[in-house]
Amino acid sequence: MRSVYLWVPLALFAFFAGLAAYMLTQEKDQFVESTMIGQPLPEFALDPAYAGLPGAAKADFTGKPRLLNIWASWCLPCIAEAPQLEALQKQGVEIVGIAIRDRPEDVANFLAKYGNPYSRIGSDAISEVQLAIGSSGVPETFVIDGKGVIRYQHIGDIRESDVAKLLAELEKAR
Amino acid sequence: MIAEIGLAALWLAAALAVLQMVSGAAALRTGPAGEANPLAIYARPAAVVQAFLAVLAFLLLLRAFAITDLSLKLVASNSHSMKPLLYKLTGTWGNHEGSMLLWVGVLAASGGLLAGFEKRLPERTMGATLAVQGFVALGFYAFLLLASNPFERLPVPAAEGTGLNPLLQDIGLAIHPPTLYAGYVGLSVAFSLAMGALLTREVNPAFARVMRPWVLGAWVLLTLGITAGSYWAYYELGWGGWWFWDPVENASLMPWLAATALMHSVSVLAARDALRTWTIMLGVLAFSMSMLGTFLVRSGVLTSVHAFAVDPERGAFILGLLGLYIGGAFTIFALRAGAVAEGKRFAALSREGALVFNNVMLSAILAIVLLGTLYPLLTEAFDVRVSVGPPYFNPASAIFAIPMLLVMAVGPLLRWKSDKPARLQFELALIAALVIGVIALVSFFGRFPLLPLLGLGLAAALAVAALLPLKGRKLARVPVATWGMVLAHFGVAVSLFGMACEGAFSEEKLAAVAVGGTEQINDFAVTLDAVTPVAGPNWTAIEASLAVRQDGGEPVILTPQARNFWSPPQSTSESALLTKWNGQLYVVIGNQAEDGRWQIRIWWKPFVTFIWYGGLLIGLGGILAVAGRVKVDVTRRRAASKGDQRRADLEALGAAAPQPAE
Repeated sequence: MRSVYLWVPLALFAFFAGLAAYMLTQEKDQFVESTMIGQPLPEFALDPAYAGLPGAAKADFTGKPRLLNIWASWCLPCIAEAPQLEALQKQGVEIVGIAIRDRPEDVANFLAKYGNPYSRIGSDAISEVQLAIGSSGVPETFVIDGKGVIRYQHIGDIRESDVAKLLAELEKAR
Repeated sequence: MIAEIGLAALWLAAALAVLQMVSGAAALRTGPAGEANPLAIYARPAAVVQAFLAVLAFLLLLRAFAITDLSLKLVASNSHSMKPLLYKLTGTWGNHEGSMLLWVGVLAASGGLLAGFEKRLPERTMGATLAVQGFVALGFYAFLLLASNPFERLPVPAAEGTGLNPLLQDIGLAIHPPTLYAGYVGLSVAFSLAMGALLTREVNPAFARVMRPWVLGAWVLLTLGITAGSYWAYYELGWGGWWFWDPVENASLMPWLAATALMHSVSVLAARDALRTWTIMLGVLAFSMSMLGTFLVRSGVLTSVHAFAVDPERGAFILGLLGLYIGGAFTIFALRAGAVAEGKRFAALSREGALVFNNVMLSAILAIVLLGTLYPLLTEAFDVRVSVGPPYFNPASAIFAIPMLLVMAVGPLLRWKSDKPARLQFELALIAALVIGVIALVSFFGRFPLLPLLGLGLAAALAVAALLPLKGRKLARVPVATWGMVLAHFGVAVSLFGMACEGAFSEEKLAAVAVGGTEQINDFAVTLDAVTPVAGPNWTAIEASLAVRQDGGEPVILTPQARNFWSPPQSTSESALLTKWNGQLYVVIGNQAEDGRWQIRIWWKPFVTFIWYGGLLIGLGGILAVAGRVKVDVTRRRAASKGDQRRADLEALGAAAPQPAE
């Protein structure tokens, strides 16, 4: 009887090793999706992030679907996604920006250097709006439909391969 | 050239590990007349030379980091010519490849020490032990050489390095990981010894006495490593907590729990020849936990606040090694442990009984922590994401920790083999009175959470009980190892007191303060004097200057910073601490609000420092225990060699002169 117990550690270990091996082969999804998808935008009205463009408010999201881009001048992936945002804008997409914890002069420098695809940019100095819409980092991009409802969330920088997906989501939100 | 020599040294060391393994295994096969196998003589020298080569390889990598040799991929991606020299050096093990090289360096060094100096074990057991040690080392050499070569050259040398994670540019990093690593490796020696003894069925007190210093040493290093790591997380992360039940923290706690149980179990085996199977089992378990920790940390199967360079392929490699060693060990255990003769018996109420009880409790806590750590992995297999935190760990581990602490207070007072409760009436009454008295007293002053309250009562009782074994003894005659036990148990009480106070009496304040504004916390008035930008060698920061006045006394200036590093870009929060004998004031600066006020977070944590003082006392107790054991051992050896000398002299005399009549 005693000898049966001696196999217990091995059995437990085998179970763990099997589980771990299985999990290692699984694609790991690091993104935390916002629970706000399908919900209307929270109330907000942000001051302009710099002198060149108006600020952003919930009231701006009426009539047609728009992109809401959470970014910052201090964020490196935001530089990487700048060309894709420009491409989206050239295809007629209106992009509203929210600059997180930023300064007007830095915002102006960034836009001068990497292009300005935005129609409006609000300044969110304490990440208030960012947290309220369920974004956990920069950059993130949301598709907002004509009624101000959040329809889709893209986490991380927009790569060239993501542009088509975003256009399709915008079309779906119409 | 230097890097190539390092790489060659590693390959040679790996080849010697093969020799050590084969030669050690040969020792198990004796000739028909019982003579030793001729191959067996190579095991010890192979281990010693291997130790030199592995340490050499590590020193060469250290040199490459010291001179920032940017033709090495590892240096280019983890260092920077502008970093202070100290952090260039600590950068050697602040990355995956370098830390694995440190691992095998320490592993080979301890194998060399064992082979060079340990003469007490039967040669067959020693051979089996060295074979296992060589087998373990071989796996890690393979891992280094095939999957994470630290000496890889870049085709074109980099112009500049890409830095080191700024969070890790801290003196804590210089000490914390190498300490933990050395502890893990010490457990690997205990593992090899356990397997060696199991293979030859020589599980006896002599074997336990050989194993004990390794377990004690590893345990001391783990204790100090965890203590340092906890303090580092406390002041560097700026969250004000000292333990987060994060997977990586748990990965270091689990081997410690197993090692604590093993240390007590091996003592029983050495002193009383009992708990043979237990000791072997715990020896395997302790090393399994350190390998499991390495796997969890390096493979990225679990998400943690500690961002290591994770790599599923390397994870698969470590999992393979884990399966080979631990799976193999458990298989041999299942096949062989039944054949190990049962040790001496003892009554339930005895020192052995108390130690067994505590070992079961420690194992239960280990199981709780292991389950909590792996549970997210299990649920994620079914696509459910959970996060297991303090609401599970605290009460679940307390269920077992509380009885364990109570028995720990009584255990050292019990006699070996069997005892009667009547003999300890006074001590038992004292312990019970202290627990109940302190809880009643504290509850009288206010309502506090249950666990910290129990902690305070137990801490008081344990502090007194830890000293009771000294009662009625001549202090100068008490063995050093006993002092070690008293000190370590007292340290547990001190640490527990700190944890309970932090849990019960901490005060926290989050305020937006304008320059010139004052906030009050406990009896401290904190005034924000100024906020200024400052620059360091590779960072810039916003620094707040806070004047702290206690009861209107002289101000002390605290300067918490919010730092921004530029290579790589990352921001960290540098907390500022004001340490008093009865606690710490902990201040962190946050962001500036629209209206120009600054977010300041202030904690008053009474007696929080006792957590780490306790940890140091526990470690010191362990060091005393090692020193005491080694001292006794050396004295014994000297006496034995004197005896041999005398016998040889007598024999020489006997050959010359006729034997005197008895």
